[in-house]
Amino acid sequence: MSSRERILGRVRRALGDGPRDDTPYEQAVPRDYLREHGTRSVAETVDLLAENLADYRAIVHRCTAADLAATIAGMLAARGAKTVLVPPGLEPEWLSATAAERIADRPESTPHELDGVDSVVTACAVAVAETGTIVLDGSADQGRRRITLVPDHHICVVRVPEQVVSSVPQALERLDPTRPLTWISGPSATSDIELDRVEGVHGPRTLEVVLVG
Amino acid sequence: MSGTFVGMPAFPKAAHEAVHDQTLRGNLRHATHTIRAKRAKAVAEVSDWAALREAGKLIKDHTLRHLDRYLVQLEESVTAAGGTVHWAADAVEANRIVADLVKATGESEVVKVKSMATQEIGLNEALEAEGIRAYETDLAELIVQLGKDRPSHILVPAIHRNRGEIRDIFRKEMSEWGRPAPEGLTDTPAELAEAARLHLREKFLRAKVGISGANFMVAETGTMVVVESEGNGRMCLTLPETLISVVGIEKIVPTWQDLEVFLQTLPRSSTAERMNPYTSMWTGTTDSETADGPQNFHLVLLDNGRTDTLADEVGRQALRCIRCSACLNVCPVYERAGGHAYGSVYPGPIGAILSPQLRGVTSEIDASLPYASSLCGACYEVCPVAIDIPEVLVHLRERVVEGGQVTAQGNKVVLKPAKGHAAERAAMRAARWAFSRPGALRAGQRLASRTRRLHPRSLPGPGKAWSGTRDLPTVPKEPFRDWWQRTNGGKDGGK
Amino acid sequence: MRVALFLTCVNDTLYPDTGRAVVKLLTRLGVEVDFPMGQTCCGQAHYNTGYRHEAEPLARHFSDVFGEYEAIVTPSGSCGAMVRELYPRMGERARAEGRGDTLAATLAPVVPKTYELTEFLVDVLGVTDVGAYYPHKVTYHPTCHGLRGLGLGDRPRRLLQAVKGLELAELPGADECCGFGGTFALKNSDVSAAMGADKVRNAESTGAEVLCAADNSCLMHIGGTMTRLRTGMRSVHIAEILASTEEEPTV
Repeated sequence: MSSRERILGRVRRALGDGPRDDTPYEQAVPRDYLREHGTRSVAETVDLLAENLADYRAIVHRCTAADLAATIAGMLAARGAKTVLVPPGLEPEWLSATAAERIADRPESTPHELDGVDSVVTACAVAVAETGTIVLDGSADQGRRRITLVPDHHICVVRVPEQVVSSVPQALERLDPTRPLTWISGPSATSDIELDRVEGVHGPRTLEVVLVG
Repeated sequence: MSGTFVGMPAFPKAAHEAVHDQTLRGNLRHATHTIRAKRAKAVAEVSDWAALREAGKLIKDHTLRHLDRYLVQLEESVTAAGGTVHWAADAVEANRIVADLVKATGESEVVKVKSMATQEIGLNEALEAEGIRAYETDLAELIVQLGKDRPSHILVPAIHRNRGEIRDIFRKEMSEWGRPAPEGLTDTPAELAEAARLHLREKFLRAKVGISGANFMVAETGTMVVVESEGNGRMCLTLPETLISVVGIEKIVPTWQDLEVFLQTLPRSSTAERMNPYTSMWTGTTDSETADGPQNFHLVLLDNGRTDTLADEVGRQALRCIRCSACLNVCPVYERAGGHAYGSVYPGPIGAILSPQLRGVTSEIDASLPYASSLCGACYEVCPVAIDIPEVLVHLRERVVEGGQVTAQGNKVVLKPAKGHAAERAAMRAARWAFSRPGALRAGQRLASRTRRLHPRSLPGPGKAWSGTRDLPTVPKEPFRDWWQRTNGGKDGGK
Repeated sequence: MRVALFLTCVNDTLYPDTGRAVVKLLTRLGVEVDFPMGQTCCGQAHYNTGYRHEAEPLARHFSDVFGEYEAIVTPSGSCGAMVRELYPRMGERARAEGRGDTLAATLAPVVPKTYELTEFLVDVLGVTDVGAYYPHKVTYHPTCHGLRGLGLGDRPRRLLQAVKGLELAELPGADECCGFGGTFALKNSDVSAAMGADKVRNAESTGAEVLCAADNSCLMHIGGTMTRLRTGMRSVHIAEILASTEEEPTV
């Protein structure tokens, strides 16, 4: 007997103690929890996103679409970034003002090569106000997961208000599970020393979020 | 201190040392009290917590009730998405599968995301025996690995270490495993985190094989979810060419939508954050054009006592556990005994009900774990999936003292009552006999009252368990019922 | 209202003063109190130590003795929780063991009418000021089964706050278990004693003379630790404070 059959057989025997409830799943679990917490205007939801991002030590910038290229250029210059990773589908306009050298992510580039790049600029798929989270789904303007991981400085552009949702349930509704997803809430952190939170471990230690719109 | 839990003494004996270790007591008190207050605040932010908790419980119960169906569905989804599913009935089989998969890549080292399942099966030791070195990359796991120590907490395995001890371990041991600790390393948490970053970076960048667990597996989509903080998880999940995930069969949820419950309750319960810094979700492998992340994905579904636990209708609720460790952080016994006393990778209240079910109650340590609780109920109160831990503890005590039918490795067996409870059993029977007869109770009370002047304040022998640290109450000159009868319920006056 | 006092075996044997205080207090509030002489033990120690089957005859006996009363009042949070929470569970387990509904049906009548003392005062009698006088500084320890099992909430504190002359001091770490836990105190005496010592140190830090609680089992452990550590503090059951008046003060 294969282990697959063995385990499935054990499960069936273990559950043999009573009639199986065949209620359809949608009815078996009442979902009495909220779709979002509190009521806010669109502007207030964006403010909450900014507040919660900052609370977990992301640096938040707000600008108009017209100012975006200059804002990004300013952030890269302030950081002293000489090189910047660019996902294949990033709006070329966004990097039109920076002097940093653009590095394209290629399938054959090694982690070591990525490690030598100063910064990365991406868009995002959705942002969650209540938790201060941005979610990347690997679309062409966000690139492969590794490019937002290895460089030490990540600039993420959120189009507001259209990419902002209030809550986790609303975010999941917008996302496609078949895509590789990364949920990011602030720069990398750890609570492993005395259960106290310290920012900055393996992921980018500086996360800058630009709310544009 | 050895790196394994084999041959652990019973809980009271192991706890005895911990209780008198002032450094350990201080470390645990500081850490657990810090997180308790934060968790309470993070939970209070969410007005629908009770509804989320109830939904989480029902999702897990429903899944467990139909586990066979969801396992098959998950297997189909993962396979369709380009992954390969393996089934492991026990630890030996799981370790064998993983070792063979690693060997097939030709690699002799792997990087690991913190995973309870691989700790539980002793994967690192098994790989070591096959000539494969496994690098733990979670900061706390790294501290434990470098210190040749054992984990003492589910979320923060090095919770028993303070910052000074961690600095000493880094200074002494890092060079054995790779890049040494920076010169002049101090004990500030930021510097310690930086030292770990530098030490592990090289390993991440060159790794070809990553090994992980998973917090959730979505049956309908085949999506795996890993919740983490440091980015070591992302490194292991995305940079290597091959990813092997070892996951307990109870980690399934039926639908994508179910994540909306647990992604709200897990971070707030574990690290007391609105959301943890990083959550990775992947479904099989990506197409070769995108080539995002490992192009070889293996899922090893682990039983190792879970189906035995499932067979117990009271005890099976332990399989709802999402490993948040909130129960450890509020537990007054854990705070004083420390994690090592539980003799398992699963310490604290959840460990006290999980280990004796996964492993059985036949060893000394496992038979003692159900008693490692004052039944205060703080664990049940904070559990985000409403596991009634006190209920299961009492149920397992019953199994220890009465024996009875249990399932072990898929077979129904009849357990004998545990040894060492004979005197207690006799006392309980005698008490039941007396309490079933008010006259006998009264005779005993009167005897105690008449001899009250002879009672010592301290007791010899087994009674020392009480009177070693606490004075005995003085026996009154008459029991209440005698007073009641003598004074007609106080109506006849008199004291 | 005719009410049965379920004093508990521990109080009957070791703490008759608590029993007298409950009688005095309830009588003062116009309640007719009876003490059924057939009462013994609710079976909690058996049940919680793993001897559920030994606890069953005790539970049946409890139901026989108390079944006819309108209300059953007990000055013990843990024994109250035993009846209210665990008797129904014992019935369910017996059913799951294929022994039918007999046990559940036998125990069902006593479950809803069993009240812990402070609950009975506040919810049934609707009083918080019981006319008590107790000129001492007191700190209150909410015992686990009262707090988390029965959900007594702030009822005991509201009663204490209304006591004339009483100064109520907040107990740091009040919600934490004192470490008694029945047979836990013996089986894991090191941890139990460490928890007790921490509880006592927290109590001392309030500057109170008296620590009170609604359960003498916990107080036996806390009080025994207090005298062993020579703190000078005393442990007193809340009933004895509430029974105390200017005419007849409890010390």
